[in-house]
Amino acid sequence: MSPTFDYAPAPESRDIARLQPSYQIFVDGAFRDGTGDAVKSINPADEEPLAEVTEAGPSDVDDAVRAARRAFEGPWSAMSGAERGKYLFRIARAIQERSRELAVLESLDNGKPIKESRDVDVPLAAAHFFYYAGWADKLAYAGYGPDPRPIGVCGQVIPWNFPLLMAAWKLAPALACGNTAVLKPAETTPLSALVLAEIIAEADLPPGVVNVLAGGPAVGQAIVAHDGIDKIAFTGSTEVGKIIQRTVAGTGKKLTLELGGKAANIVFEDAPLDQAVEGIVNGIFFNQGQVCCAGSRLLVQESIEDELITALQRRLATLRVGHPLDKNTDVGAINSAAQLARIRELSEVGEAEGARRWSPPCELPDRGFWFAPTLFTGVSQASRIAQEEIFGPVLSVLTFRTPDEAVAKANNTPYGLSAGVWTEKGSRILSMANRLRAGVVWANTFNRFDPTAPFGGYKESGFGREGGRHGLAGYLDV
Amino acid sequence: MSEPRVAVRKTYKLYIGGAFPRSESGRSYPVSGPGGEVVHVAQASRKDLRDAVVAARSASVKWSAMTAYNRGQILYRIAEMLEGRREQFAGYAGVAEVDAAIDRWVHYAGWADKYSQVAGGTNPVSGPYFTFSLPEPTGVVGVLAPQQSSLLGLVSVLAPVLTTGNTAVVVAAQNRPLPAVTLAEVLGTSDLPGGVVNLLTGFTAELAPWLAAHRDVNALDLTGAAPGVRASLQAAAADNVKRVYVPSDDDWTAAPGLSRLNAFVETKTVWHPIGV
Amino acid sequence: MSAPATSELARDDATLRRFLHGLPGVDQVGAEARAASLATRSIKTTSKAWAIDTAIGMVDLTTLEGSDTPGKVRSLCAKAVRPDPSDPSVPPVAAVCVYPDLVATAVDALNGASVQVASVATAFPSGRASLPTKLRDVRDAVAAGATEIDMVIDRGAFLAGRWLQVFEEIVATKAECGDAHLKVILETGELATLDNVRRASWLALLAGADFIKTSTGKISPAATPPVALVMLEAVRDFASANGDIVGGRIGDLRGVKLAGGIRAAKEAVRYLVMVNEVAGEEWLTPKLFRFGASSLLNDLLLQRHKLATGAYDGPDYVTVD
Repeated sequence: MSPTFDYAPAPESRDIARLQPSYQIFVDGAFRDGTGDAVKSINPADEEPLAEVTEAGPSDVDDAVRAARRAFEGPWSAMSGAERGKYLFRIARAIQERSRELAVLESLDNGKPIKESRDVDVPLAAAHFFYYAGWADKLAYAGYGPDPRPIGVCGQVIPWNFPLLMAAWKLAPALACGNTAVLKPAETTPLSALVLAEIIAEADLPPGVVNVLAGGPAVGQAIVAHDGIDKIAFTGSTEVGKIIQRTVAGTGKKLTLELGGKAANIVFEDAPLDQAVEGIVNGIFFNQGQVCCAGSRLLVQESIEDELITALQRRLATLRVGHPLDKNTDVGAINSAAQLARIRELSEVGEAEGARRWSPPCELPDRGFWFAPTLFTGVSQASRIAQEEIFGPVLSVLTFRTPDEAVAKANNTPYGLSAGVWTEKGSRILSMANRLRAGVVWANTFNRFDPTAPFGGYKESGFGREGGRHGLAGYLDV
Repeated sequence: MSEPRVAVRKTYKLYIGGAFPRSESGRSYPVSGPGGEVVHVAQASRKDLRDAVVAARSASVKWSAMTAYNRGQILYRIAEMLEGRREQFAGYAGVAEVDAAIDRWVHYAGWADKYSQVAGGTNPVSGPYFTFSLPEPTGVVGVLAPQQSSLLGLVSVLAPVLTTGNTAVVVAAQNRPLPAVTLAEVLGTSDLPGGVVNLLTGFTAELAPWLAAHRDVNALDLTGAAPGVRASLQAAAADNVKRVYVPSDDDWTAAPGLSRLNAFVETKTVWHPIGV
Repeated sequence: MSAPATSELARDDATLRRFLHGLPGVDQVGAEARAASLATRSIKTTSKAWAIDTAIGMVDLTTLEGSDTPGKVRSLCAKAVRPDPSDPSVPPVAAVCVYPDLVATAVDALNGASVQVASVATAFPSGRASLPTKLRDVRDAVAAGATEIDMVIDRGAFLAGRWLQVFEEIVATKAECGDAHLKVILETGELATLDNVRRASWLALLAGADFIKTSTGKISPAATPPVALVMLEAVRDFASANGDIVGGRIGDLRGVKLAGGIRAAKEAVRYLVMVNEVAGEEWLTPKLFRFGASSLLNDLLLQRHKLATGAYDGPDYVTVD
């Protein structure tokens, strides 16, 4: 049945990304070919190659760390905070100027809808640089003593789900505090970080202050293990986070980790229902559910379960799964074949465990990595799909009867990154927030991010905070 | 033979409500221009001051409701515009002072979205209540700009008022008003909403008492007031319990600290029970 | 959700309040965010052309001024029937909307065309008059040939909590309408909160409104996206409270009219997106959705020209009414 109001294709122009045939790594202020493999970065929406990138080899890692050390001991430490801050303001403004180009590039490389990269990823990346630029000359007021010092050379390894934004979350506070950095974007999404390197070069940042190395796990390990690295910041899976924590044990290297999650989105019977539906949808389908703080467990008060599920299913039928560059697409492609396989596997597990599976009707393209938004009802706390992070557009629905039960179920996980609470009652919001063992609690909203607001996890979701005054702590020798 | 070009001379006007009017009193007074020539600047009257306060009050609704991020963006844009006029300002104040003034403006732009994290916080009360205290702008601040340091000093007294969400009525340095007028032109091209800053050139001794006594002004910065008149201005300010900032020193090159940010905010404490 | 029988609710203020306050609350920030998100839909080419023509067909072309004359109303009616003299493919609007004493002129001017005659009534716009006076207003309009009546609720009574009075006035007005359909103007700008918009919407629907309407157009704010969102949710939820919406007959569904402050075609298209995604495609018909507007029609025509010719147009190329 063809809809009455059929939205015609509204494609954003691919040319705006100004894709190059190849991209180079950035070491000591210059672009060069990596000594590692030449790898093609593909577009997950159609599996077509976008560009070639030469990955870093061991000698590149070594060069980068040495360059970062020279820069740290040389011009960067000698510079006043006010001057450092002005470099960061330049970078922030340049990101704003090139925002459309960066957004299209990000959607091509990652698979996320242009609506998200344009309205969320790129503006927040600029805002992070802008916020931390202002701290560079105010560290004495940050609550870490009258003259807090930087740590030194930081190794920063970031994931594929928000490539540019994660680069901003890492570089901005590190530089504001006077550190230098060696950054490695994820293997499947190197392009926006390499364009950020261009922006950094155009800002005339002294050579070696920021180095960007493309590559896979081996490059990441080399950075983590390198003697010249004083501090490591990692965002990625809990599994890899634990490996890194083991690797640096006893080395004296400082470490912050931002890992996985299995957040509970708790809806009480007095929730503002229509907005709760929006929050649930945003919570698990934003970025195709590939978000560490995704609201992947819906905990609904049993008395309103039927009503909420009906409303949710009606709302899911309006979600548009489609080409990432179409401005009307709500749900884009999954980032890689590997990730898609994992989502499919765990969804089959969910069915096997006896949960009821539902997806709205949607046409998925033949090429590319695609998964329909999926709901599992009748899930219990003991099922794998309530415990394991799927990292995809799959929502597990559980019920609860009382606030205490909701808290118990929400906390009953090794993870502790985020949680959502939906109720019109203020005291209940505060009581729940007090008791939820999660680093971020969203009340009557979800997936809200701001450079001023600290973000990070409890338990196996990691330690350390990014954003806000607290985000400086990971980059100061305090 | 080519004749020497006749220059277009500037008229130096007031800045009120985003516009550049002459004084309603029609008066002006002479000061020295950048090349030593005589220029006439508007001599503001108490009615100009009254209009400026109305404009500042009206603008304060929108300015204080903006997100701190937006205010910071506008303040940074002002710094960009100042940088663009570096040579022009250097004609009044010398390059070193101009650079310091621009950097000082950038410094305050960067405070906009972080000051409340330093000045505010939660209070660990002994009871099942969530309580937090936040700085909020006091409203309209009357500022007597320093008489000597007409650019760096001016920026140092004005920027902190704006960063905390207040609007300002500024009486410029009486004998060195030109940087203030040029600054007003910068503000007029920086996406700053009209009325957030109002700049009056004129005689400090004439205008200050009206500013100090004005009941719709919430706070007063006495920096540009002669020491002998400070007491009477403070007394006049008591009529509506203004918050009065009395400066302790005039070293504009020193790090500014927090005192000028703290001076023009009110602290609001909110309580809410914690329970199911 | 099942709504209790109206007769049970309309017992007293307290019973009505318990029901209406029992409806889920509206989080203002969340509602505004959803409205803003829907506004990012990009409607181009064929779907834009469809949307523009559909919007034209949903306009209630309006003149409600103290200075209205028969000449003005005749001119309006001519435009309503043929919005673009140079292009007969432009559909006529849904209705004209006038004051009761000009209804006869409008009926005469329209001379049997498909355009309906809507009349404001019940001491529009303030609603501040005795009930007999307000009902007489309706009777006059119906007698003169109005096929649609746009009434105003008593906002004073609503804000003072006299909800049963508001309810009963709507019931009484509906009875005076006969075959004419009844739109109930909530004057959302005076209701101030989205929770009130939700409650007033349900109150009017329970009392028998065929349409709920945002505003008189005489105050600001009038129609806004978050208000429209809440009202579309209300008619959607009301329909499913009273029967199965899937394959529902249009007779079971109630309509929404947005009036006041909608001047640009772009806004109208955004509202159609909202109707589509919030209420559902069943509502994409003039039987269930209207724009009360005057200058909107010309902007729709300008956008129609641009789509057809590729060039931007100007006010010289559309007629004043």
